[in-house]
Amino acid sequence: MERKMNIRTMPQVDHLLSGHGACAGCGMAVAVKNIMRILGENTTVYVPASCLLVCSGMYPHSAFDVPFFYSAFENTGAVISGIKAGYRRQGKDVTVIGIAGDGGTFDIGLQALAGAAERNEDVIYVCVDNEAYMNTGTQRSGSTPFGAWTTTTPVGKKIKGKRQFKKDLMAVITSQDVPYAATLSIAHMNDFVMKVEKAKNKKGFRFLHIMTPCTSGWKTDPSITYDLANLAVETGMWSLYEIEDGETRITYRPKEMTPVSEYLKLQGRFRHMGKEDIETLQAWICKKWKKRYCPTNPETERTEEELAYNGDHCEGV
Amino acid sequence: MRSIKALTGNQAVAYGVKLCRVEVIPNYPITPQTIIIEQLADFINDGDLDADFIPADSEHSAMSIAIGASATGVRTFTATASHGLALMHEMLYVPPQVRLPIVLANVNRSLGAGSGIWVEYNDSMAERDSGWMQVYVEDNQEVLDMLLQCYRIAEDPRAVLPIMICLDGFILSHTVERVEIPGQEEVDNFLPKFKPLNFLDPKNPKSMNIAVSPAHSMEMRYQLDRLMENSRQVIKDVDKEFAKAFGRSYGGLIDTYRMKDAEIGLITIGTATSTGRVAVDELRAEGKKVGLIKLRFMRPFPHDELREATKGLKALGVFDRSISANRYGPVFTEVRNSLYGGGMPIIDHIAGIGGRDLTVAALREMFAVLEKRASGHKTKDCYWHGLRGQM
Repeated sequence: MERKMNIRTMPQVDHLLSGHGACAGCGMAVAVKNIMRILGENTTVYVPASCLLVCSGMYPHSAFDVPFFYSAFENTGAVISGIKAGYRRQGKDVTVIGIAGDGGTFDIGLQALAGAAERNEDVIYVCVDNEAYMNTGTQRSGSTPFGAWTTTTPVGKKIKGKRQFKKDLMAVITSQDVPYAATLSIAHMNDFVMKVEKAKNKKGFRFLHIMTPCTSGWKTDPSITYDLANLAVETGMWSLYEIEDGETRITYRPKEMTPVSEYLKLQGRFRHMGKEDIETLQAWICKKWKKRYCPTNPETERTEEELAYNGDHCEGV
Repeated sequence: MRSIKALTGNQAVAYGVKLCRVEVIPNYPITPQTIIIEQLADFINDGDLDADFIPADSEHSAMSIAIGASATGVRTFTATASHGLALMHEMLYVPPQVRLPIVLANVNRSLGAGSGIWVEYNDSMAERDSGWMQVYVEDNQEVLDMLLQCYRIAEDPRAVLPIMICLDGFILSHTVERVEIPGQEEVDNFLPKFKPLNFLDPKNPKSMNIAVSPAHSMEMRYQLDRLMENSRQVIKDVDKEFAKAFGRSYGGLIDTYRMKDAEIGLITIGTATSTGRVAVDELRAEGKKVGLIKLRFMRPFPHDELREATKGLKALGVFDRSISANRYGPVFTEVRNSLYGGGMPIIDHIAGIGGRDLTVAALREMFAVLEKRASGHKTKDCYWHGLRGQM
C-alpha cells in the first residue's frame, strides 16, 4: 500500500513563491504555501478580496506560478464552479481551488459557498480563518471569538469586545452531503499534509477549514504563531477532525484540556477580558469540548506518532 | 435546414443559444426571463444541446460562474432581468476589463419599489457604464438573429467585450411570433468555434485580474474605452456578414424608417419602434413629413450615426422608457449629448413606464408636440405621455 504523504515526504516545489508580501509570522502564508506544494502545478487558484489577494501580488507581479484569478469578495464558491465547468468542457483535468478568508467564507461568501457545496461541485474550497477581517484592518466577522477586541467590537467603557460566539462553520457546510470536510492546523503539519492530500485525491466538493493565527490582528509576537495554533487546539478553541462521506473522525485528541486563559494571555486582542468574560468563554469551550470529543465520535485509525503534536518545528515550512 | 416556428421571445433566445453551441450556462430564475432557462434545460435534458447547466444560488453567483467559465475560454451564456441584473451589478464590471465575451440576455423589467414585473428600462440603462455592449431589439426574429450576432461581435478580436441583449418583458418575452430558425450548419459557418486570446490554463499559467495600482489602472480603463469605440465597426461588419449569410439585416447601430425627406424625427428603442412605425405610417398618410430612428445599441453609442440621420430635421423627439428622477430619461441625455451644438430642438418623451401600454395615440401625441415645436411654438423639453389624469 502506498504510504500516505507526510511532512517529510511531501513535495517541496513552491507555487506560492517567496517574495509575496505577507507579514512575518503570518499563519495564512504557511497554510497556502504548503497547500500549493501538495496540490502541485496542475492547479488553478481563485482568491477573493483578502490578505492573500493583496500579498500575492499587484499587477504586473504575481507570487503564484499557476493560473490565478480574482474577481470579487463574496463569490468564491461560484467562480471556482465556473472555472471547473470550463475545464471540464475542454477535457482538462485540473485541480481547482478557492482560498478565502473567514470574512469571505463565514459572512459575505456563505451563499455562494453553500450553492457550490449543494451542487457538489468538483472543487476544493479552503477557508484560511484568522478570525476577523484582517485585510481591512481587523473588523469582527462571524468567526471572531467571544470577547475578542476588533475595531468594530472595541473595548469601550460599557461594552468590551465581541458579545457573540464563533460560528460553527463546519456544521453549516456539512449539513449538506459533501464528500470531504476537514479542520486543519498549521501546528499539526502531518495531519495538515494528510488532509490536503486526501482532499486532492477525492472528487466532488471538498472543504478545508484552517485556523491561521494573525500576528497583526491578534496583537501577538510573530515568533509565537505556531505556539498559538497549537494552544488553540489544546484549549479547545480549535479542534481537528474530518468528515468523510458523513462520517466524523477526530484526528487529534488533546490529552487534557488546557485552560483557555493560557491562550488568551498571549494575545493583545483578549488582554482586556475580565474574569467573568473568561469564564463565559471557558464554559462555552467546555460544552463544545464535550460534544466534540464525546465517545460517540470514533477515533481515526492513525498511529500515535501521526496524531500528536510532536514539537516538530516544521522544517522547510 | 431552416425551419419556421412560432416562438416567444424567450424561446427565441434559447434557440439562439442552442445554435451558438454555448458550453456553460449558469442560471437563476426570475420573471419574465425564466422561460429562457427552462427551455435550455429542456434542450439539455432531451439531448439536443450539449452544455453544462449550472443552477446558481443567485444572479450574483450566476454571473460569477459565467466569469469563471469564460475565463477558461469556453462560450458562456446567462439570462436575467430587473432585480437579478441589479444583483449582478458588481460582477458586471469584471468581464469588460478581463475581456470575457459573455452574452447575457436581459428581459427588461422595472426595478425597485413602485413597480411590478412589467417592462421598463431602468434595469439595463443603469448598467450602461459597466463596459458591456447593449443591444435593444424589436421583435422575436431580431431576438434570435441578434443572439447569433452577439457571439460574433463579442468574440471579435477587435473588441472582445461582453454583450447584453435586451428584450422587452412580456411584450417580446411572452408573445408568440413567427421566427425563422437558421440551420445548424449555416450558423456554424457564420459563428466558428470560440478562440479565446487569454485564458486560464495550467500549461501556460497566467495571473488574470489581480489587483492593479494607480500606476496601471488608468491605462486599462483607457483601453476599455477604445475597445468600446472599436466595437462600433465590428457591429456594422457583423450585421453585413449576417445579411450575406441569412438575408436579414438590422442596420448595425441604428436603423431608420421613412426618414428620407423627414422634417420631424423620433428616436425609439425596443418594441416602441413597432408602434412608432404605425404612427409614422398614419401621419405620412396625412401628409406629415415624419420619420423614425430605431436606436439599437446604447453601448457603443451611435453618436456619428445619429448626427448623420438627424441632419436637417426641424425637431427631434426621444422616447424613453425609464427616467433618472429630475434629469430626463437616459436615452434623451445620451442623444442630446451626441447632438450637442447642432441647434436642433430635442424633446424627451417619457412613456410606457412600469409596463404601461404604449399606444399609437401616445406616439402620435409625441409627434404632435414635435410638430408644434418645429413650427416655432414654445414647448417644454420633457413630456410624460399616458399619465392618469392631470398630475
